[in-house]
Amino acid sequence: MIRFSKFIWLYFLISAVVLIPGMFALIRFGLRPAIDFTGGTLIEVKYAVDMPQSSIESVLKKQQLTAASIQKSSNREYIIRLKPEGAEKLQQFETAVTSLEPKKSEIVRNETVGPILGKELLQKTVTAALFAIIAILSYVGYAFRNIKFGVSAVVALVHDLLVVLGIFALLGVFYKVEVDTLFVTAFLTTMSFSVHDTIVVFDRIRELLKRSEKLPFETLCDKALTETMGRSFANSMTIIFMLLALVLLGGNNIRWFVFALLIGTIAGTYSSPFIATPVLVLWDRFEKRKR
Amino acid sequence: MLDMFKTPRRVLFFLILLAVLLIFIDLPENYHLKFRVGNVTVDRVINPASVHVRLPGFVINKDFKTRLGLDLSGGTHLALEANMKGIKKEDREYALESAKQVIERRVNLFGISEPIVQKARSQDLYRIIVELPGVTDVNRAVSLIGATAQLDFREFIDYKESSESAFIIPTPLNTKATGLTGKDLKRAALQFSSETGEPEVSIEFNGEGGKKFADITKRLIGKPLAIFLDEFPVTWPRVNTEIADGRASITGSFTQEAAKTLALQLNAGALPVPVSVVEKRTIGATLGAQSVAESIQAGLIGLTIVAGFMIAKYGWLGLLADLALVLYGLLNFAIYRSIPITLTLPGIAGFILSIGMAVDSNILIFERFREEKRLGKPWRVAMELGFGRAWDSIRDANFTTLITCAILFNPGNWQLLPNSGLVRGFAVTLFIGVVTSLFTGIVVTRTLIRVLYKEK
Repeated sequence: MIRFSKFIWLYFLISAVVLIPGMFALIRFGLRPAIDFTGGTLIEVKYAVDMPQSSIESVLKKQQLTAASIQKSSNREYIIRLKPEGAEKLQQFETAVTSLEPKKSEIVRNETVGPILGKELLQKTVTAALFAIIAILSYVGYAFRNIKFGVSAVVALVHDLLVVLGIFALLGVFYKVEVDTLFVTAFLTTMSFSVHDTIVVFDRIRELLKRSEKLPFETLCDKALTETMGRSFANSMTIIFMLLALVLLGGNNIRWFVFALLIGTIAGTYSSPFIATPVLVLWDRFEKRKR
Repeated sequence: MLDMFKTPRRVLFFLILLAVLLIFIDLPENYHLKFRVGNVTVDRVINPASVHVRLPGFVINKDFKTRLGLDLSGGTHLALEANMKGIKKEDREYALESAKQVIERRVNLFGISEPIVQKARSQDLYRIIVELPGVTDVNRAVSLIGATAQLDFREFIDYKESSESAFIIPTPLNTKATGLTGKDLKRAALQFSSETGEPEVSIEFNGEGGKKFADITKRLIGKPLAIFLDEFPVTWPRVNTEIADGRASITGSFTQEAAKTLALQLNAGALPVPVSVVEKRTIGATLGAQSVAESIQAGLIGLTIVAGFMIAKYGWLGLLADLALVLYGLLNFAIYRSIPITLTLPGIAGFILSIGMAVDSNILIFERFREEKRLGKPWRVAMELGFGRAWDSIRDANFTTLITCAILFNPGNWQLLPNSGLVRGFAVTLFIGVVTSLFTGIVVTRTLIRVLYKEK
């Protein structure tokens, strides 16, 4: 048996190393919202020959449009993001951009989102997250007949969500990665995965509690963690393999979405033994000291 | 009845039957198979199974085909918002329905296969979502859909009083405009005739329209007056008397449903809700095809690694779990085709994530099995105990995933939760994946082990 509970502060330190820069970036710079949230237009254009970025910039200048960003996917492919504009102006721009090389240029993606829609999505996401947290908290509380387990699971859950948010805030600062509707999906999935994993560990603690009541709670938790470690490792490996394959080979559209899922999975697996269980142990120590 | 499930061998037999059935449903579409084995040449086009049953009373026609979302097939997604400022609160739902029907008809005129037109209400916002697979010329689509409905009253150019001419269908060519249009209409409503009790459509014109209508009806007594909506004849009732008060009713042998639809259509012409585009997304077909190819490739590679990992870690047991995983894949794909589920990129991601969770069930069981064996139990007992004990964790863990899926899918279409198609696509495949993983992870793996696995 490994005495996991001896190193609780080490686990919190590891989390802090990841969380603090992320939280700093999140508070200082925030996330980079995609047009899904801010409203605006995204145009992805593909040319058959090399096209310098300056040609696109000059088209924008001529039409008195300012691009929020121009992202170069390759020498022939650009993603141009614009603030909300009138339909006519956008259409003129589309024509102008494709006529830079009229024969074979193609607009492969063209998305316009109104500003109201974005705000709505944000509100709905927050509501959905709160709903899910409450539902999970009550289910875990019910399944384990003990609110301590529910709260610890939710602490781990919030930890995982903050890790994902923090890392994407950092990615936004350094790589201009944006968060969009798909990110929201990944965020919410992290929630369910985190609890999924925590429950497996808690389930073992519950079982040991029933079988060997005499052991001190800490030892019991250590025993449970030792026993479930093999499974946790094997399981996270399989999910990480799947997601890694998708990140590396799955194409541009879903790369950051899958990356968010990957971060969420890793955080979710880490937090079950190293956040949720320590919280449970600390809670128990605190209660004992009070007595 | 349940006797057939009592012995594992029978269950295995049943599972093999299921696998064969699933393979037929999952066959590729329009795949040209051509090969030679010795003297036998095979040359045929393969298609998934389809069911066509004709029984007295009902007909079942079911084709099992993959339905791809716009992000994979290419196409246009539009969100239109109706400007309800000039419309009374209680009429708004009705106006939205009318607008939706008009748009639906226009989209159908466009000749697109499987378009989707649906209403979406969010607090005070009234929207219509339009999905047009294969359409990439957004601007044409928008101008076609966004125009307000045109209601036009027309008379026959050359009308002869005979029994035959009652059957002539009016067209824009054999009729001419009377000058009365949707602008002159105040409202149309479904009502029931005071004499016969049959459903009919009452129409009411505004002041100007009432006068025009009186003139026209006076002129056309005994002749039909054709009503066109977007250049399509809706109905052509015969004028019986002059109508001076600007009120009329269209009778005919309407069903209640048909009369209601007609009233809606007439109102749509009369109640043009101005709509504006709040969201439009166009994905080129090439980008979609590329995404499909890349995701499938990535999925297969990921799956191979996972399968290899399972064999490396658990040996024969891992191989059996992999077999169950193959059945899992077949089953999910067959379900997507049967319901049918529209597959989107996030949907595929949801499926891939669910594979991870499906494997997790087996890992939990196998780890449990090893533990019990370490405690000195014979392997057969340890295996059954492994399945039994692991079930609690599997159930609790998957249940929370199902809760999250339900919230993301938002089945009640609650306005305070997300109802984006992308999020839903993800939630639904993850949900199906988790439910089927309970079946394959427990029933299938267990049966395979009971029948095929032996330890000395």
